[in-house]
Amino acid sequence: MLAALLSEIPYWGQSLLRVLGGLVAVLLPAGTVVYLFLFKMMSFMQSRLGPMEAGPYGSMQLFAEVGKWLQKEDIVPDAAAPEARIFKLAPLIVLASTFLLVVVVPFGPDALFTNFETGIFYALAVSSVSVLGILIAGWSSANKYSLLGGLRAAGQLVAYELPMVLAVVGVVIQAGTMNLQQIVVAQNTGSIFGFDGVGNPYVITQFVAFIVFMIAVQAELTQTPFDMPIAESELVSGYMTEYSGFRFLIFFIGEFATAGVFSMIASILFLGGWGVPFSWFGWTTIDSIDNWMNVGGPLILFTKMLVLVFFIMWIRFSFPRFREDQLQRFAWKGLIPIALANIMLTAVLKVAF
Amino acid sequence: MAKPKVPGMFKGLGVTFATLVRTAKDGANTIQYPHEKETPPLRARGVIALHEGNCTSCMLCARSCPDWCIYIEGHKELAPPRRAGGAPRKVNKLDRFDIDYALCMYCGICVDVCPFDALFWSPEYEYSEPSIADLLHDKTKLGEWMQTVAEAPELEVGAEKKGKK
Amino acid sequence: MTMLGDRQQLAYIASQAADARVNVELETEGMTLNIGPQHPATHGTLRIIARLDGEQVLWAEPSAGYMHRGYEKLTEVRTYPQVTALVNRIDWLGSFANEVPFILGAEKLMGVEAPARAQHIRTILFELSRIANVSLFLGDLGVQLGAVTPVFFAFRDREYVLNLIEGATGGRFHPNFDRIGGLKDDLPAGFIEETHSVMKKLRNFCDEIENLLFGNEIFQSRTRGIGVIPKDVALQYGLSGANLRASGVDWDLRRDQDLPMAWNKADWKVITHPDGDSFARCWVRLQEVRESTKIVDQLLDTLPAGPVMAKVPKIIKVPEGEAFVSTENPLGEMGYYVVSQGDQGPFRVKIRSASFNNISIVPWLLKGVYVPDIITILASLYFILGDIDR
Repeated sequence: MLAALLSEIPYWGQSLLRVLGGLVAVLLPAGTVVYLFLFKMMSFMQSRLGPMEAGPYGSMQLFAEVGKWLQKEDIVPDAAAPEARIFKLAPLIVLASTFLLVVVVPFGPDALFTNFETGIFYALAVSSVSVLGILIAGWSSANKYSLLGGLRAAGQLVAYELPMVLAVVGVVIQAGTMNLQQIVVAQNTGSIFGFDGVGNPYVITQFVAFIVFMIAVQAELTQTPFDMPIAESELVSGYMTEYSGFRFLIFFIGEFATAGVFSMIASILFLGGWGVPFSWFGWTTIDSIDNWMNVGGPLILFTKMLVLVFFIMWIRFSFPRFREDQLQRFAWKGLIPIALANIMLTAVLKVAF
Repeated sequence: MAKPKVPGMFKGLGVTFATLVRTAKDGANTIQYPHEKETPPLRARGVIALHEGNCTSCMLCARSCPDWCIYIEGHKELAPPRRAGGAPRKVNKLDRFDIDYALCMYCGICVDVCPFDALFWSPEYEYSEPSIADLLHDKTKLGEWMQTVAEAPELEVGAEKKGKK
Repeated sequence: MTMLGDRQQLAYIASQAADARVNVELETEGMTLNIGPQHPATHGTLRIIARLDGEQVLWAEPSAGYMHRGYEKLTEVRTYPQVTALVNRIDWLGSFANEVPFILGAEKLMGVEAPARAQHIRTILFELSRIANVSLFLGDLGVQLGAVTPVFFAFRDREYVLNLIEGATGGRFHPNFDRIGGLKDDLPAGFIEETHSVMKKLRNFCDEIENLLFGNEIFQSRTRGIGVIPKDVALQYGLSGANLRASGVDWDLRRDQDLPMAWNKADWKVITHPDGDSFARCWVRLQEVRESTKIVDQLLDTLPAGPVMAKVPKIIKVPEGEAFVSTENPLGEMGYYVVSQGDQGPFRVKIRSASFNNISIVPWLLKGVYVPDIITILASLYFILGDIDR
């Protein structure tokens, strides 16, 4: 199997493979999301065609855009110059958070970077590292709009971290593990009242948690209706206002890569991840899975991710944004009580059955 | 007003999704400009064309232009008489007729005031230039645009037939 | 703060003092935020100087004049036909509507009246430019509040209206079609039929916007109760147009004035809303687009036959006198006070444009709101920079 194959490669080779795999796992979803949803779906929803010139149906547009951004000057505003290093560091922190996040995502029975026992705990922890980057960006830009955007982002991300964690707790209680791989297995080996034809994807039993989680993801990604940190009609571009060229590109990649990775985590937690119901092929445990799932699994996960990103983007293109205080009220008075109630209900049912 | 059954948010999602489906099925409302082109209406004020033979360099257009973007120079010439034995006629010969399209605001007053039907509107619109100075066009260029001048459209029912203006 | 004028300085000090009294214990240093002159929300170059405490506005003052083009002075050195070409650049989205009151004023001085057919066509084009103008507002409203899609719908459907205007007048944005005594030309064949179908599309657009934006709970929570203008305050500040009607004042110059135009020949109603908040202002405009499509449809069906130009001399000289004519433009009351001394051009023209008065309520309205509400309020007041600065 894959693990056995990997152990024969020297350590540096393994590391290299992992880095390359990480790049693919982050950039490929980001690119697909941007092309498929930002360029094409958005355009079609607005009765236009989107980019059509670069490549067939504009499929090479992404490379053209990257090339354009790379050519632009990397400007550091005068007021930010004394702390230029920190100013330049901020986008990298945001991107680093995405790369750290993808580490624990399982793509197949063996296709994974690390098999953490507390995988979801780690994922939620590193996802909030991006707040640091955003706050640094907002503060070090020495621009009032950036500052307001950074502060809004910090307040918002902290507020929505909590419902996200609480929503995940329901899943963790039901699966009995924090290991993402085990959560996938638990869903695909599970059964609903003895019927194991579809496994037991937690989106059914944990529907409330799923909705809360997706709303929190929307807020974590600062997508409309929760995009006040960027809010181009109010704060110009929020914490990204002063960034140009390559560093803006990094923010941009970070945003859409995180959308992809968060959707992957959501599909692992609620939709059965890379797996198919094990009963279809007569598998019982993770060790009995055929090796082709290491190739098929990532594709399944990718498809599920696209479905979830479709919903995220659909909402983004259709809704206006909340106001800052309304958003906080929504998180603290709406989502958190709901998530807490869901935890209680799950715990009671878990003990009862 | 009764409370709507479907929450407004989902209706909004429906609108965007319906547009998505319609665009995928019937095509977009936009056109891919350099590959396909829209034909402007016949009356469209695209560019001013000059029929040089009709111009008497009377300067009416240049004087009525709100931002003085028409430059005319001319001189008088003696032309052979119409009838044999008559006195030679004095005609105005046009030396220069330039319109600076960087200044022109396409109001159409010059076309209106021209008493000899020398100026026409053409729906032609593809004459952009890389440099703003190149937008000053001379009478040969303005004369070339005469070929693109459209016939005046038919009028709507109930319109009074107008004679020669 | 050194750049501010005396009045602004005084208002600022007063607001600081009031603030100090309230926040004796929790005093924090405020922050001055310059919204504009270059800012996506000011669609043009309006500058709003806002003094913030956190995200709350303590004091705000609009600073206009960054795009002053000197129309009132320009009109003094232009002839009457040239002025028409200039003034349709004031409110550039509803340009035909700008020509009409000026032409009516000049006609009033000359004592001529346009033929019935010309009056009808004028009214039709006037309402078409209102539809083009306000439908773009409806899309822009979405962008200001964070929804990206409505603006594309607005541009899509406004294009049909602009095509109509271009087909009839030759100019997409600046028709310059009005003449003293009538119109430049008659409508082209097929205009009536095409307009009917476009009006159907526009009503469909209104439904789409209503479902996409107005029905959305987030939109309602962003606009309801935000920027409330009571009836008496609205009248005191001289608001006009939809901003005034949204405060419950039943006032519409199209109905209340006896002008040589064809509005009274159609059956339509003036839309008012009692609330006076941002939602009411947007809602009134949406309904007005629907009413305008109705007016256009009815006037097209009753278009009388005849000439479109009264008998006027080729070189227009307006006799000595003064006249003020105002009409209900897309943005509100737009009026021209024309003073003539018998020349080919006006001696002096005072332009009363709607946005300048509408924006004057901003300092009163912005006190105590949050930064996102500034954008909501500015968007719902709906100004066009050219109309403020002229």
